[in-house]
Formats: sequence, structure tokens, C-alpha cells
Amino acid sequence: MLSRTADHIFWMARYMERAENLARLLDVNSRMLLMPQTPQEIEQQWLATLDTIGVLETYNQTHETVLPDQVAHYLALDRANPGSIFSCLRLARENAHAVRGTLTSELWETINATWLHLRGYPADVPEVGEQAAFFEWVKVRCHQFRGVGIATMMRDEANCFLRLGLFLERADNTARILDVKYSELATTPRHNEAGEYYQWSALLHSLSAFETYRRVYHDLITPARVAELLVLHVDMPRSLAYCTAEVAAHLESIANARSRETQRQAGELASSLRYGRIEDVLEQGLHAYLTRFIDKTNALAQRIAADFLLPTGPGISPENPKTASGLEATTAALLTAL
Amino acid sequence: MVAFDQQQTMVAGSAAQQASTLFEQPLAAPSVHGVDSMISSQPPTLAGQPIPSFYDEMTGRDGLIRAHYQDYAQWLDTTPSERMARKRQEADALFHRSGITFAVYGDEAGAERLIPFDVIPRIIPLAEWQKLAAGLRQRVKALNTFLHDIYHEQAILKAGIVPARQVLGNAQYREEMRGVQVPNDIYAHIAGVDLVRADVGEFYVLEDNLRVPSGVSYMIENRKMMMRLFPDLFVRHRVAPLEHYPDLLLDTLRAVAPKHSPDATVVVLTPGRFNSAYFEHAFLAQQMGVELVEGQDLFVSNQHIFMRTTQGPQRVDVIYRRVDDDFLDPLAFRPDSILGVPGLLSAYRAGNVTLANAIGTGVADDKSIYPYVPDMIRFYLSEQPLLNNVPTYLLRKPADLTYTLDHLAELVVKEVHGAGGYGMLIGPAASKTEIDAFRERIKAVPEKYIAQPTLALSTCPTFVERGIAPRHIDLRPFVLSGDTIRFVAGGLTRVALKPGSLVVNSSQGGGTKDTWVLEG
Repeated sequence: MLSRTADHIFWMARYMERAENLARLLDVNSRMLLMPQTPQEIEQQWLATLDTIGVLETYNQTHETVLPDQVAHYLALDRANPGSIFSCLRLARENAHAVRGTLTSELWETINATWLHLRGYPADVPEVGEQAAFFEWVKVRCHQFRGVGIATMMRDEANCFLRLGLFLERADNTARILDVKYSELATTPRHNEAGEYYQWSALLHSLSAFETYRRVYHDLITPARVAELLVLHVDMPRSLAYCTAEVAAHLESIANARSRETQRQAGELASSLRYGRIEDVLEQGLHAYLTRFIDKTNALAQRIAADFLLPTGPGISPENPKTASGLEATTAALLTAL
Repeated sequence: MVAFDQQQTMVAGSAAQQASTLFEQPLAAPSVHGVDSMISSQPPTLAGQPIPSFYDEMTGRDGLIRAHYQDYAQWLDTTPSERMARKRQEADALFHRSGITFAVYGDEAGAERLIPFDVIPRIIPLAEWQKLAAGLRQRVKALNTFLHDIYHEQAILKAGIVPARQVLGNAQYREEMRGVQVPNDIYAHIAGVDLVRADVGEFYVLEDNLRVPSGVSYMIENRKMMMRLFPDLFVRHRVAPLEHYPDLLLDTLRAVAPKHSPDATVVVLTPGRFNSAYFEHAFLAQQMGVELVEGQDLFVSNQHIFMRTTQGPQRVDVIYRRVDDDFLDPLAFRPDSILGVPGLLSAYRAGNVTLANAIGTGVADDKSIYPYVPDMIRFYLSEQPLLNNVPTYLLRKPADLTYTLDHLAELVVKEVHGAGGYGMLIGPAASKTEIDAFRERIKAVPEKYIAQPTLALSTCPTFVERGIAPRHIDLRPFVLSGDTIRFVAGGLTRVALKPGSLVVNSSQGGGTKDTWVLEG
């Protein structure tokens, strides 16, 4: 398939997944707001949220305070924030629009309908109660997107790039959510045990892992087990182990002449999680581990882009240097146009 | 922590380029504007009123329903207007959800609008369509022969049938195409011929669109929508199918591949998703099962065209391009084009890729060439033209000039190279002062102008806010030429939704209708 088409599909899936995970992260935050906390703790929690998705600096440029409603609005509905849920769904839809002919009409209509609804959503800061409903809506629409994809898309290359984008993004996002919450919960002394229980269960809920935890461990919620479930459990569909295994498998089916090293790195990462032990992970520190993990998935995404999505190829033929200057002119014209 | 990885490849530059309107050339020829202003003072006639003031597709001058509309009229009579209103809303919602929209330039980025869809079909009896079809076949054949001729022997110029200056001096004439061999000598593989019906029901060709005519996706979507909204009507009527158009298109494109082979790689080249007709580009690629490419997806190596795929470069044999000549190749045409493929022209001239339509077809649908199409038919085919041309006075001819100057109040005068109704005179709507002023401009440079009589376009009952009322319409059938000429029965009917208006352009409140050719 066309590299550009693959690129659009890959990013469509990433932005949809990112929108969902942002909703999940914000949802767990608003759940935690219900717990007795000092204003400092609340502010700390939202600062950590902004930091974990790498937008703290950008936020500070336009905001002077860190109030829950403000941050929630910034991350959910702020049209000017390129990383908001709003923007993610817009970008997902734009990518889908660019390859609508490659998607089934059901899948395209699902994304388009989501966007049409969101576009009509009030741009103001939603009430706390409304927020939960909004996050729920985002999750449902993203579930629908995946479900329609599974039910209607051919199991061909396009589907592989869709799944590749989805799981690469989910791996990254789960790592980030776990990182911010884990460091908060495991290191800060809490008021009481009930509060702590509530916080951990909110984290598990936000990753659809609460019931799973109970079923797997039949026991109290402990930080180490939460980490184990979300990092290493190969059957837990949001865990790093599961996501990286999917990434490696889909890479195998789209392999091309230059992707061998990418496949190897993906396989290595998946294996390290498949056979990893939580004791070893915690020994080096979960935060350090997750940071390295996110770097690795980023590197993998860049390799995928270079191998499949933006192949430099013989586009500029050596025997025709004029073509090269033509491309430069094109780039210049493009920059002018922008 | 590092920020989220961001996509590097979404490029929002294409919108600035090639800002064509949806149906590239404005449908409304000056003659149409002329009628528009003539009739705008008249109240719209409501359906059921016995004597229509124009040729009406449903009702005759005698007030009787025409034979081919009788079943439908009966059905319409018994259908409450609430049901019609509901169906129209349903159609709007469905079109919106499926994103069958067109992009609007100059609006907020990415704004998309629906083209209004009218739920009352335009019906053409089979016998009438067959006559039209024969005329279209003949006309497109002559136009393709003409294009081959002017880029090779130039027999028609040597014979003095068409003045050489009009052709060779035309801005749309592409010197680069001189002597280039194209498969089957076909240049205009896809032609969208605009037809209108006038006073006594006779059809006229208003314009031959031979560059990148659009609208065919709406023709097909309108049919799907009608079948969904009114399945009962299709049980009562034998409507000729047209949804197989993409198959015919693919057959046509394969038939003109450089080295004839059944597995030729065909692609659709689009300016991108910001183009107003992007929906159609995506639709046709999907329906044909071929790749939809942008200029950046293609490259030239050793005078062959390749597309960048996830499995490496892949050869491309036929490009159904929806990008204008000027933007196709920055090395050959506009150097600032980011929509094209550097080196495309050289690969094309070497015969390694087929472009549909060919480069340089614009000279044959130019206003100054239009009057000669009947002569082309006589010259190349030794046949009498089956379709009427709108009589056109070329003011560089003294006799035409004299006649025009004497009848300015009745005529529409337009600049030969003008577009979009700029710099023209609509005689029936103009004041005496305006006519006198224009007279002086014509006298100064007569060869800059042509003149045509005003046409009274036919009307068709249309479901509007106040109920059912006649609205002016046109018809754009799509004619495919490859190894043979193919088309589906019917075309895209466009309708001017404003009372009395003859402007059917989507950008100016025009809508579309499903077109039925009734098989018995």
C-alpha cells in the first residue's frame, strides 16, 4: 500500500487511542478529586498529570494557575491545545479523511460522526459532573472505533498499520499513566488506608483493570502487583507486555526489505516484557524503567516511520539532479504557502 | 518527561493551491445569466398550475403531465409533503454522516458543506436519451479527433475550417504535446458535456468539459440515496442503472495503458483532501479499487513513474489525474506547484505512462473553439451534428459584429477568454447606458468578444421550502473514451434552487437531482 496511506492509518489509530487514554487519565484524576485532599496535593496531582504527558511547559505559557477545571479543560476541550482530546479526535478524523477510501465506510462514518458530535460540543469548561460523562463518551466512541475496525476491516496491511499504531500508542500511554500515578501513590504518605485503597482502585478502574486485578490476584491491592499487572501481564490488553507483543506480531506481517532491525528491536522489547520479573523492574525503579520504555517505543515508532511510512527511496534520482532542486523548490513553495 | 510523539507528515499546504470550485468550469454560461435576469421578475409557477412559462420536464404547454412522468406525478400527488420533507432531512443527515460534502475555500479551515439534494427526480424517456447518447458519442469522437489533429497533422487548420490562430495562439494549446503519441489517439478520456433544454424542448450543448470534469460521484450517490429513501418508486419504474460507472471508468483507463495489459496499475491523482472535489477522488479510487495518490506519493526514475509503497517503489501505468495541467509537473509547468510530480511530463512524452485526460485538452473546450465543434463533426466524421450548439457570433467576423451591434439588447456578449461571468454584457438585463458603453468596448477590440442569444432553460418540479415549484436545470452526462466509447444512461442533473435563478453552481446555492432514464 502507499506509504502515505499507511502513515495516515497509523496516525489515525494513534490519535484515537491517545484521545481515549487522555480521557482515562483525566477520569482517574477527577475520581481522585472526590477524596479528601489538601489544595496543595490536588495541585501537585494535576501538575504531575501535565508533566507526564509532556505539556507542562506549554500549559504554563498560557496559564498562571493549576486549577482542576482549568487543566481538565486544557487537556479535554481546548481547541488551541494541539494535544487535547478535542485536537486528537480532530487529527484522527483528518487522517481518516485523507484515506477514507481505504477504510470501510462504517469505520469512516464512525470517526466522522464522533468528530461531528464533538465539534458541536460546548467549548466552555465542563462541570465536574459533566466531565465524567464526557470522558465516558470519548471512551465509548473509541471502543466503537476499534470494534467497527475489527468487525469490518480486511485483515490486510491497512489493518496491520492500524493495529500497530493503536498498540504502540497504548503502550506509551499506559506507561505514562502508570508512571504519574505510581510515583504519586507509592511515594507520598497518605492520610489513611481507605484513601490509599481508593486511589489505587481509581488507577485500576481508569485502565479497565480493576476486575482483572481481583480475578488475577484474589488479594489486597499492593503497588507491586498493580505494576506487575500493568507492565508484565501478557493477557492484560492494556499492559506493556501485551501491547509490545502485538506491535512485534504486526511488524512481522508487514516486514519489508529494510525492516529487519526494526523487527528485531520490537521482538527484543516484547521478549523482555514477556519474560521480565517485577522484582527486577522495581529494583531499578519503576519511574526509570518506564522512562526508558517510553524512549524505546518512541525509537521504535521512528524506525517504523523510516522503514514504511516515509521511505526516502529513490525519489531523488542521482542521474537527475534537477529533480532534487525541484523538490527543494517544492518545499520552499510549501513553506511559503504555510 | 518527553512530549507525545507527533505526526510529522500532515501537510496542510495543498489548500492554497488549485482552489477550483467543485464543478470546475461554471455551468452558467452568460446566456444562462441572461435568462436569469430576464425571468427573475416573474413569480415562480407552482406545480399543478396548468401552463408553465418555460419548457417544463413534467408538464407540457397544454397543462398535461408528460407520458414519462405520469406514474411519478400520480405517486407525488398521493404523497404528503410532510413525508417529502422528512425524506429530505433524512437525505441531509445521511450525506453528512458519510461525509459526502465539498470543501469550501476561504471559510474556516476544513469547512465542509453539503450540496443540496432534491428528492424529485429528473426523468428522461429512453428514446430521448438514445438520441442524446448518439449525439454525445459523435461529439466526443470529433473532439478527440480534433485534439489529435491539432497536435499532429493539423489538417483542420490547413483546410481553413478552424483558424490556426484561434488554436495555436490559445493559452490552452500545449506546444509540449506536439507530435506526442497517446494510446488509441484518445485525449479526452472523460468528458462531461453540459446540456440544457430550451424553449420547445430541444437540447443544446452549453459546454464541453474536457479537462477534469467532476460531479460523477454525486450522480452515483444521488441514485443510492433515492433507492434508500424511496425503494417503492424503483419498483414502479424501470430506471436504467448507473452505479457501474466506476467499472466502465476502470475498463477505459486500462484500455489506454502504455503497453496493453490487463494488470496495468491505475491510480487516481488528487490535489489532496483540501480540494473541493476530494470526496469524488476518494470515491472513484475506492470504487475502482485503485490507489488514491498525491503528487508526493509519486516519483520519476529513468523516465518511469513509481509510487512509494510500504513494500518499496511500484510502477504506475495510468494516472487518472484530477490535477490541472498547470500543476502536473513543476519542472515543466508552474514551478511552485506542490501538487505535481517533477519529471512527469518527460515520462509521459516518452510514452511510459498514460495521463487521463491528456495534457492540453483545454484548447478543445475553450469558448473560442466551441463554435467550431459542428464543423469538426462534418470535417472529421462526414456526419451532420446531432446535438445543437448554442448559436455563437464571433465578433471578429464583420457580419457577426454588425448583427450583434444591432441586437445588443437581446444578446449576451462575453469575452472569449473571460471566465466566471466577468466582463460580459447581459443585453436583456442591461440599461441603455450600459449597452452603449459596452458597444464602444466591443468596437474597440471586436475579436475579444463572442455573442449568444439568451436561452430559456427548462424547469423541473423541485421540492423547495414552500412546496413543489419549478426550478431551472441542466444535465451533465459523462462520456468515457478508451478503446471504445462507454457511458451510463443519464448524468448529473443540477438545479438552481433559487426561484427564477439559472445558476446551478454548488457554490451559489445550486443543488442536484437524481436523473432517471426510463426503460419503457
